[in-house]
Amino acid sequence: MSVLIDNTDLTLRLAGHFREAEALLASGSPELMNLPRKKAFQDFIAQGIPTRKSENYKYTNLQPAFAREYHFLHQRPKIDFKPGEIFRCDVPQLDTHLVILLNGWYYEENSPLAGLPDGVFLGSLEEAARKYPELVAQHYGSLAETVADPLVALNTALARDGYFLYVPKNVRIDKPIQVINLLLADSDAYVTQRNLVVAEPGAEVKLILCDHTLNLNNYLNNSVTEILIDENASVDYYTIQNQHNQSASVNSVYIRQMENSHVTTNTISLHGGLIRNNLKVIIDGENSEANVYGMTFLDRKQHVDNFTQIVHAKPHCQSNQLYKNVLDEESSGAFTGQIYVMRDAQKINAYQRNNNLLLTDKALMQTKPQLIIEADDVKCSHGATIGQIDEEALFYLRARGIEEKQARLMLMNAFAYEVIRQVKVEPLRDRINELIEKRLRGEISRCHECAYHCNC
Amino acid sequence: MLSIKNLCVSIEGKEILNGINLEINPGEVHAIMGPNGSGKSTLANVLAGKEEYEITDGEIYYLGENLLELSPEDRARKGIFLSFQYPVEIPGVPMINFLKTAVNEHRKFKGEKPLTAGEFLKLMREKKQLVEMDTELTNRSVNEGFSGGEKKKNEIFQMALLQPRLAILDETDSGLDIDALKTVAHGVNALRSPENSTIVVTHYQRLLDYIVPDHVHVLYKGRIVKSAGKELAFELEEKGYDWIKKENED
Repeated sequence: MSVLIDNTDLTLRLAGHFREAEALLASGSPELMNLPRKKAFQDFIAQGIPTRKSENYKYTNLQPAFAREYHFLHQRPKIDFKPGEIFRCDVPQLDTHLVILLNGWYYEENSPLAGLPDGVFLGSLEEAARKYPELVAQHYGSLAETVADPLVALNTALARDGYFLYVPKNVRIDKPIQVINLLLADSDAYVTQRNLVVAEPGAEVKLILCDHTLNLNNYLNNSVTEILIDENASVDYYTIQNQHNQSASVNSVYIRQMENSHVTTNTISLHGGLIRNNLKVIIDGENSEANVYGMTFLDRKQHVDNFTQIVHAKPHCQSNQLYKNVLDEESSGAFTGQIYVMRDAQKINAYQRNNNLLLTDKALMQTKPQLIIEADDVKCSHGATIGQIDEEALFYLRARGIEEKQARLMLMNAFAYEVIRQVKVEPLRDRINELIEKRLRGEISRCHECAYHCNC
Repeated sequence: MLSIKNLCVSIEGKEILNGINLEINPGEVHAIMGPNGSGKSTLANVLAGKEEYEITDGEIYYLGENLLELSPEDRARKGIFLSFQYPVEIPGVPMINFLKTAVNEHRKFKGEKPLTAGEFLKLMREKKQLVEMDTELTNRSVNEGFSGGEKKKNEIFQMALLQPRLAILDETDSGLDIDALKTVAHGVNALRSPENSTIVVTHYQRLLDYIVPDHVHVLYKGRIVKSAGKELAFELEEKGYDWIKKENED
């Protein structure tokens, strides 16, 4: 028997939980993370769990995910195994500085600092907030506004840990940094993760984020990442989402970039029950460039919603957005892409494209470009297509002896190619191609060596 | 090799082919000519297995097998090759992957081992020379950014790689300048053998100067209205199609 719980009840349930957990949250956390909790929670209560009536969450229903009973993981998990032993990332040629986060907590036995250039910090946010309170306080919560999004508010209210990356002035980290987010709990779990990346002037870094679930429990993961990119700095931020169909995940990434800086994000969603990716880039310095890409593969009843906002606050900048979705079976997808060009942000080039391939009659895609342009000397464009496999191309391949199934795979790979080729770390690109190939063949595309061969 | 009996084909309820009869023996070259809209390309596409056509009557046997029961890929593996009139561009599918997959699917079908990357590149180099195919083109996506002539050369290049028993050249001459035409014809002729047959679908006699047919058929309003030797092509070139049309009024 199912019980309908309305939005207010769910919000109140969380309110009750927050009151109970408040002392626990506060007792172990550094001051700068405790300070905003109360207000953040009020902001959450004021907004409530978004419903489809909320303009920004129109296409994604978070109610069922919030209606489940979860165990909240407010304390560092006590684990009697080494995540590195049960989980090894199967990207052999990918030489990275690798760290693991377990249920949103930075894993204590990570030891990546050895190979990193002097002055770089990569570690637990909680630890960093104690060791470098001024540095963290300066940026913590500076981009992720609790009044603008209830999930950000809830994250800020409950945040305990996550990763913190600090790259000092003019330091270039050649080897990519890889962060593996593992979800592994004994029961259904609500996970909060809070991350912060600070790239000082002239810094260069590539980040690879891999999201995985390691067992079949229901997870609701709410993560917030703030990325500050100072002048002449460059950040590449790749996300690979590979979670099972009982998981729900809201990932909010906020980026602010200054003069002559570059940022590239590429979000590749291979598996997941419900995924909502919020991405906001504020281009706050001249001659800067933001490239924002996304590729999603969906089947069964999966749902992926990419919600992007590019804010052009300064003149002479460029932004490109390209998101593609392949939707099979009864899956659904959404893309909302906002370009906001502020009044004085002249001489802007801002492009946006969203292409979607529907493989069945039951798949659903909703796409919504939003352009708000207050300057008068700008070039902005947007385009969205929803279509099927090109029958002419399919026949051409079959007429050369290629099996229909294989020909379809080739065409889907080709569709994704435009996004995947933007991945500049070659072994990662090869690996992603391989994962996509397996994903499209219906083989399990999670890392082989994972001990949990969950069929999900 | 190929036997077509009373083939009737329609698309979206409109009848295009209206009782085609054609016998092709091993080693023969048949030219199918005719004015625009007579059904030439439809015939070529039906033979290759394009699915949007409805076969309302008749039968096609190829090497003793009912062709109409075979998928396009099975037809290809059994040796039917269509050189497309308008080869489609497929951005994102690299030429090399496409060609290697096609060649190895053919080999698998014949029970042969797939070619290694090295063996395949060697084969490709050899066949490229035949049609003077630019190496740069095989580094692109399938037909992407190819000129009209390059697309047609690419078709013959694929034909050379796949070694078909029955090649169907659909307006392979259209859009070709005289040098490209010679190159393409040279490629086709080099692949001829006593076991292989060719159907040349064309509007003009020009190509037939280079690929000399044994039989010429004129298609008009979905029927073969005239069949003769290669001299028929010259007659058509000289007189145009009007006299055919006149003969077939009512």
